[in-house]
Amino acid sequence: MDSPRERRLNAEAGPLVRPYALTRGRTRVQGFRLDLVTMLVVTGRSPQERARLALEQQRILEMCRRPATVADLTSEMNLPLGVMHVLLADLYQQGLLEERRAAPLAERPSPEILQRVLDDLRAL
Amino acid sequence: MIFARSDPASSSAEASAASAGDWRDAISADDGSHLALKVLIAGGFGVGKTTLVGAVSEIRPLHTEEVLTDVSTDVDDLHGVEGKTTTTVAMDFGRLAFDDGITLYLFGTPGQERFWFMWDEMAYGAIGAVVLIDTRRLTASFAAIDYFEQRGTPFIVAVNCFEGARAHTLKEIRTALDIDPHVPIVLCDVRERDSAKSVLITLVEHALETA
Repeated sequence: MDSPRERRLNAEAGPLVRPYALTRGRTRVQGFRLDLVTMLVVTGRSPQERARLALEQQRILEMCRRPATVADLTSEMNLPLGVMHVLLADLYQQGLLEERRAAPLAERPSPEILQRVLDDLRAL
Repeated sequence: MIFARSDPASSSAEASAASAGDWRDAISADDGSHLALKVLIAGGFGVGKTTLVGAVSEIRPLHTEEVLTDVSTDVDDLHGVEGKTTTTVAMDFGRLAFDDGITLYLFGTPGQERFWFMWDEMAYGAIGAVVLIDTRRLTASFAAIDYFEQRGTPFIVAVNCFEGARAHTLKEIRTALDIDPHVPIVLCDVRERDSAKSVLITLVEHALETA
Protein backbone atom coordinates (compact mmCIF):
# COMPACT_ATOMS: atom_id res chain seq x y z
CA MET A 1 0.00 0.00 0.00
CA ASP A 2 1.29 3.42 -0.86
CA SER A 3 1.96 5.63 2.07
CA PRO A 4 0.09 8.90 1.84
CA ARG A 5 1.84 10.32 4.83
CA GLU A 6 4.40 12.39 3.06
CA ARG A 7 4.43 13.87 -0.37
CA ARG A 8 6.59 16.61 -1.74
CA LEU A 9 5.85 18.98 -4.58
CA ASN A 10 9.50 19.78 -4.91
CA ALA A 11 12.61 19.58 -2.84
CA GLU A 12 12.04 22.92 -1.19
CA ALA A 13 8.52 22.20 -0.09
CA GLY A 14 9.72 19.59 2.40
CA PRO A 15 7.64 17.18 4.42
CA LEU A 16 4.36 18.12 6.03
CA VAL A 17 4.61 15.89 9.03
CA ARG A 18 6.54 18.13 11.35
CA PRO A 19 4.79 21.46 10.79
CA TYR A 20 1.39 19.97 11.53
CA ALA A 21 2.74 18.15 14.53
CA LEU A 22 3.37 21.68 15.77
CA THR A 23 -0.35 22.41 15.57
CA ARG A 24 -1.16 19.05 17.16
CA GLY A 25 -2.72 17.95 13.94
CA ARG A 26 -5.16 20.79 13.58
CA THR A 27 -5.60 22.34 10.17
CA ARG A 28 -8.20 25.02 10.87
CA VAL A 29 -9.51 27.08 13.73
CA GLN A 30 -13.06 28.12 13.19
CA GLY A 31 -14.08 31.71 13.59
CA PHE A 32 -10.59 33.00 13.07
CA ARG A 33 -9.81 34.46 9.70
CA LEU A 34 -6.59 36.14 8.82
CA ASP A 35 -5.72 37.94 5.67
CA LEU A 36 -2.18 37.81 4.31
CA VAL A 37 -1.84 41.50 5.13
CA THR A 38 -3.57 41.44 8.50
CA MET A 39 -1.24 43.23 10.89
CA LEU A 40 -0.69 41.69 14.30
CA VAL A 41 0.95 43.10 17.40
CA VAL A 42 1.47 41.87 20.94
CA THR A 43 -1.14 42.96 23.46
CA GLY A 44 1.42 43.20 26.23
CA ARG A 45 -0.38 40.61 28.34
CA SER A 46 1.76 37.91 29.85
CA PRO A 47 1.10 34.38 28.77
CA GLN A 48 -0.51 32.47 31.63
CA GLU A 49 1.40 29.35 30.86
CA ARG A 50 4.46 30.54 29.10
CA ALA A 51 6.08 27.18 29.42
CA ARG A 52 3.39 25.66 27.26
CA LEU A 53 3.89 27.98 24.33
CA ALA A 54 5.82 26.33 21.54
CA LEU A 55 9.17 27.87 20.77
CA GLU A 56 7.71 28.96 17.45
CA GLN A 57 4.92 30.82 19.22
CA GLN A 58 7.39 32.53 21.52
CA ARG A 59 9.30 33.62 18.46
CA ILE A 60 6.15 34.95 16.85
CA LEU A 61 5.44 37.02 19.97
CA GLU A 62 8.97 38.40 19.81
CA MET A 63 8.46 39.43 16.19
CA CYS A 64 5.08 40.99 16.96
CA ARG A 65 6.50 43.44 19.46
CA ARG A 66 6.21 45.69 16.43
CA PRO A 67 3.26 45.25 14.08
CA ALA A 68 3.89 42.59 11.48
CA THR A 69 1.73 41.13 8.74
CA VAL A 70 0.77 37.49 8.43
CA ALA A 71 2.72 37.33 5.16
CA ASP A 72 5.87 38.67 6.81
CA LEU A 73 5.55 36.42 9.83
CA THR A 74 4.91 33.36 7.68
CA SER A 75 7.88 34.09 5.49
CA GLU A 76 10.13 34.82 8.44
CA MET A 77 9.11 31.66 10.30
CA ASN A 78 9.46 29.59 7.15
CA LEU A 79 6.32 27.63 8.01
CA PRO A 80 3.36 26.89 5.74
CA LEU A 81 0.59 29.46 5.88
CA GLY A 82 -1.94 26.98 7.26
CA VAL A 83 0.32 26.11 10.16
CA MET A 84 0.85 29.79 10.90
CA HIS A 85 -2.89 30.40 10.93
CA VAL A 86 -3.33 27.84 13.69
CA LEU A 87 -0.37 29.13 15.73
CA LEU A 88 -1.55 32.73 15.38
CA ALA A 89 -5.12 31.79 16.26
CA ASP A 90 -3.90 30.21 19.48
CA LEU A 91 -1.98 33.35 20.44
CA TYR A 92 -4.95 35.53 19.53
CA GLN A 93 -7.36 33.44 21.55
CA GLN A 94 -5.02 33.53 24.53
CA GLY A 95 -5.14 37.32 24.35
CA LEU A 96 -1.46 37.63 23.49
CA LEU A 97 -1.86 39.06 19.99
CA GLU A 98 -4.27 41.60 18.61
CA GLU A 99 -5.00 43.03 15.23
CA ARG A 100 -3.70 46.46 14.31
CA ARG A 101 -5.92 48.08 11.74
CA ALA A 102 -5.29 51.53 10.32
CA ALA A 103 -8.28 51.47 7.99
CA PRO A 104 -11.64 49.72 8.18
CA LEU A 105 -11.84 46.30 6.60
CA ALA A 106 -13.39 46.75 3.18
CA GLU A 107 -13.65 45.06 -0.17
CA ARG A 108 -11.62 47.89 -1.71
CA PRO A 109 -9.31 50.56 -0.30
CA SER A 110 -10.79 54.06 -0.08
CA PRO A 111 -10.03 56.68 -2.76
CA GLU A 112 -8.01 58.62 -0.16
CA ILE A 113 -5.76 55.63 0.45
CA LEU A 114 -5.44 54.92 -3.27
CA GLN A 115 -4.36 58.51 -3.86
CA ARG A 116 -1.68 58.15 -1.19
CA VAL A 117 -0.41 54.97 -2.85
CA LEU A 118 -0.37 56.71 -6.20
CA ASP A 119 1.64 59.63 -4.82
CA ASP A 120 4.05 57.21 -3.13
CA LEU A 121 4.58 55.25 -6.35
CA ARG A 122 5.11 58.36 -8.45
CA ALA A 123 7.71 59.59 -5.98
CA LEU A 124 9.54 56.25 -6.07
CA MET B 1 8.40 31.55 -12.16
CA ILE B 2 6.38 31.15 -9.02
CA PHE B 3 6.94 27.47 -8.42
CA ALA B 4 9.79 25.07 -8.39
CA ARG B 5 12.47 27.35 -7.07
CA SER B 6 15.31 25.10 -7.97
CA ASP B 7 17.97 26.15 -5.52
CA PRO B 8 16.36 26.89 -2.18
CA ALA B 9 19.61 27.10 -0.26
CA SER B 10 21.11 29.82 -2.35
CA SER B 11 17.87 31.72 -2.91
CA SER B 12 17.07 31.92 0.77
CA ALA B 13 20.65 32.90 1.49
CA GLU B 14 20.32 35.67 -1.06
CA ALA B 15 17.03 36.72 0.44
CA SER B 16 18.44 37.01 3.91
CA ALA B 17 21.56 38.74 2.68
CA ALA B 18 19.49 41.26 0.78
CA SER B 19 17.18 41.95 3.65
CA ALA B 20 19.34 41.24 6.67
CA GLY B 21 17.55 42.52 9.69
CA ASP B 22 15.46 44.99 7.78
CA TRP B 23 12.14 43.25 7.48
CA ARG B 24 10.71 44.97 10.52
CA ASP B 25 12.60 48.17 9.97
CA ALA B 26 10.57 48.45 6.79
CA ILE B 27 7.54 48.90 9.01
CA SER B 28 9.02 51.57 11.15
CA ALA B 29 6.28 53.84 12.32
CA ASP B 30 5.24 53.02 15.86
CA ASP B 31 1.82 54.61 15.84
CA GLY B 32 -1.29 53.24 14.21
CA SER B 33 -0.44 54.46 10.74
CA HIS B 34 0.83 51.24 9.21
CA LEU B 35 -1.22 50.23 6.27
CA ALA B 36 -0.55 47.05 4.36
CA LEU B 37 -2.19 46.84 0.94
CA LYS B 38 -2.33 44.06 -1.61
CA VAL B 39 -1.73 44.07 -5.33
CA LEU B 40 -2.22 40.83 -7.25
CA ILE B 41 -0.01 39.86 -10.14
CA ALA B 42 -1.80 37.23 -12.21
CA GLY B 43 -0.99 35.47 -15.44
CA GLY B 44 0.02 32.18 -16.92
CA PHE B 45 2.91 30.07 -15.78
CA GLY B 46 6.28 31.49 -16.75
CA VAL B 47 4.95 34.81 -18.03
CA GLY B 48 7.23 36.81 -15.75
CA LYS B 49 5.19 37.46 -12.60
CA THR B 50 8.07 36.97 -10.20
CA THR B 51 10.38 39.02 -12.39
CA LEU B 52 7.90 41.88 -12.32
CA VAL B 53 7.57 41.69 -8.55
CA GLY B 54 11.34 41.52 -8.12
CA ALA B 55 11.95 44.49 -10.40
CA VAL B 56 10.19 46.87 -8.08
CA SER B 57 10.23 45.31 -4.62
CA GLU B 58 12.05 43.14 -2.15
CA ILE B 59 11.06 39.51 -2.74
CA ARG B 60 10.33 37.12 0.08
CA PRO B 61 9.40 33.45 -0.06
CA LEU B 62 6.12 32.17 1.30
CA HIS B 63 4.95 28.60 1.71
CA THR B 64 1.34 27.72 1.47
CA GLU B 65 -0.47 24.48 0.97
CA GLU B 66 -3.50 22.98 -0.57
CA VAL B 67 -6.37 22.70 1.85
CA LEU B 68 -6.99 19.28 3.31
CA THR B 69 -10.57 19.59 4.40
CA ASP B 70 -13.05 22.16 5.57
CA VAL B 71 -15.17 20.59 8.25
CA SER B 72 -17.25 23.05 10.22
CA THR B 73 -16.36 21.81 13.64
CA ASP B 74 -14.65 24.00 16.18
CA VAL B 75 -11.25 22.56 15.60
CA ASP B 76 -10.81 19.79 13.15
CA ASP B 77 -8.00 17.37 13.06
CA LEU B 78 -6.54 14.93 10.65
CA HIS B 79 -8.51 11.89 11.80
CA GLY B 80 -10.41 10.43 8.92
CA VAL B 81 -8.44 12.17 6.24
CA GLU B 82 -5.36 10.01 6.41
CA GLY B 83 -6.00 8.98 2.85
CA LYS B 84 -5.75 12.51 1.55
CA THR B 85 -2.47 13.99 0.52
CA THR B 86 -1.35 17.55 0.70
CA THR B 87 1.40 19.45 -0.96
CA THR B 88 3.10 22.62 0.02
CA VAL B 89 3.63 25.24 -2.61
CA ALA B 90 6.38 27.82 -2.67
CA MET B 91 5.31 31.21 -3.89
CA ASP B 92 6.89 34.63 -3.62
CA PHE B 93 5.63 37.99 -2.62
CA GLY B 94 7.18 41.39 -2.91
CA ARG B 95 7.07 44.16 -0.38
CA LEU B 96 7.41 47.83 -1.12
CA ALA B 97 7.47 50.06 1.96
CA PHE B 98 6.95 53.82 1.81
CA ASP B 99 7.89 56.43 4.37
CA ASP B 100 4.30 57.36 5.13
CA GLY B 101 3.57 53.96 6.67
CA ILE B 102 2.03 52.35 3.59
CA THR B 103 3.46 49.02 2.51
CA LEU B 104 2.44 47.45 -0.78
CA TYR B 105 2.44 43.68 -0.89
CA LEU B 106 2.66 42.23 -4.37
CA PHE B 107 1.37 38.68 -4.58
CA GLY B 108 1.95 36.56 -7.62
CA THR B 109 -1.20 34.51 -7.78
CA PRO B 110 -0.56 30.86 -8.50
CA GLY B 111 -1.60 30.38 -12.08
CA GLN B 112 -3.08 26.92 -12.05
CA GLU B 113 -6.78 26.53 -11.48
CA ARG B 114 -6.24 24.20 -8.54
CA PHE B 115 -5.04 27.18 -6.54
CA TRP B 116 -8.14 29.25 -7.10
CA PHE B 117 -9.28 28.66 -3.55
CA MET B 118 -6.62 31.19 -2.65
CA TRP B 119 -7.75 33.87 -5.05
CA ASP B 120 -10.81 35.04 -3.12
CA GLU B 121 -8.76 35.55 -0.02
CA MET B 122 -6.07 37.33 -1.96
CA ALA B 123 -8.49 39.53 -3.89
CA TYR B 124 -10.47 40.70 -0.86
CA GLY B 125 -9.41 44.22 0.03
CA ALA B 126 -6.84 44.34 -2.75
CA ILE B 127 -6.13 47.51 -4.70
CA GLY B 128 -6.47 45.47 -7.86
CA ALA B 129 -4.69 43.11 -10.18
CA VAL B 130 -2.18 43.18 -12.99
CA VAL B 131 -2.86 40.46 -15.54
CA LEU B 132 0.48 39.85 -17.16
CA ILE B 133 0.31 38.36 -20.63
CA ASP B 134 2.58 36.84 -23.19
CA THR B 135 1.12 37.40 -26.66
CA ARG B 136 2.31 33.97 -27.74
CA ARG B 137 0.06 32.40 -25.11
CA LEU B 138 -2.91 34.68 -24.73
CA THR B 139 -5.23 31.90 -23.62
CA ALA B 140 -3.19 31.45 -20.45
CA SER B 141 -4.61 34.77 -19.23
CA PHE B 142 -8.30 34.13 -19.97
CA ALA B 143 -9.05 32.53 -16.61
CA ALA B 144 -7.58 35.43 -14.66
CA ILE B 145 -9.40 38.04 -16.76
CA ASP B 146 -12.70 36.18 -16.34
CA TYR B 147 -12.12 35.95 -12.61
CA PHE B 148 -11.41 39.64 -12.04
CA GLU B 149 -14.21 40.74 -14.38
CA GLN B 150 -16.75 38.62 -12.54
CA ARG B 151 -15.46 39.61 -9.14
CA GLY B 152 -15.38 43.30 -10.00
CA THR B 153 -11.73 43.61 -9.01
CA PRO B 154 -10.05 46.50 -10.86
CA PHE B 155 -7.43 45.10 -13.21
CA ILE B 156 -5.17 46.14 -16.03
CA VAL B 157 -3.48 44.05 -18.69
CA ALA B 158 0.29 44.34 -18.98
CA VAL B 159 1.87 42.86 -22.09
CA ASN B 160 5.32 41.55 -21.29
CA CYS B 161 7.42 42.37 -24.31
CA PHE B 162 9.03 39.11 -25.09
CA GLU B 163 10.57 39.11 -28.50
CA GLY B 164 7.83 39.48 -31.07
CA ALA B 165 5.29 40.98 -28.74
CA ARG B 166 5.59 44.33 -30.42
CA ALA B 167 4.42 42.79 -33.66
CA HIS B 168 0.92 43.01 -32.21
CA THR B 169 -0.83 46.28 -31.70
CA LEU B 170 -2.53 46.93 -28.41
CA LYS B 171 -5.79 47.15 -30.36
CA GLU B 172 -5.31 43.66 -31.70
CA ILE B 173 -4.54 42.37 -28.24
CA ARG B 174 -7.59 44.09 -26.78
CA THR B 175 -9.77 42.51 -29.45
CA ALA B 176 -8.25 39.09 -28.91
CA LEU B 177 -8.76 39.30 -25.15
CA ASP B 178 -12.25 40.77 -25.57
CA ILE B 179 -11.88 43.11 -22.60
CA ASP B 180 -13.88 46.25 -21.87
CA PRO B 181 -12.65 49.46 -23.49
CA HIS B 182 -12.05 51.08 -20.10
CA VAL B 183 -9.55 48.41 -18.99
CA PRO B 184 -6.05 49.78 -19.59
CA ILE B 185 -3.55 47.73 -21.60
CA VAL B 186 0.10 48.64 -21.34
CA LEU B 187 3.31 47.30 -22.82
CA CYS B 188 6.07 46.55 -20.36
CA ASP B 189 9.41 44.93 -19.84
CA VAL B 190 9.09 43.22 -16.48
CA ARG B 191 12.85 43.21 -15.97
CA GLU B 192 12.97 47.00 -15.86
CA ARG B 193 12.22 48.78 -12.61
CA ASP B 194 10.77 51.87 -14.27
CA SER B 195 8.57 49.73 -16.46
CA ALA B 196 7.31 47.69 -13.51
CA LYS B 197 6.70 50.89 -11.56
CA SER B 198 4.74 52.34 -14.46
CA VAL B 199 2.57 49.20 -14.55
CA LEU B 200 1.73 49.66 -10.86
CA ILE B 201 0.97 53.35 -11.35
CA THR B 202 -1.40 52.51 -14.20
CA LEU B 203 -3.17 49.99 -11.98
CA VAL B 204 -3.61 52.38 -9.06
CA GLU B 205 -4.81 55.15 -11.40
CA HIS B 206 -7.35 52.73 -12.83
CA ALA B 207 -8.44 51.59 -9.36
CA LEU B 208 -8.89 55.24 -8.39
CA GLU B 209 -10.97 55.99 -11.49
CA THR B 210 -13.28 53.09 -10.77
CA ALA B 211 -13.40 53.59 -6.99
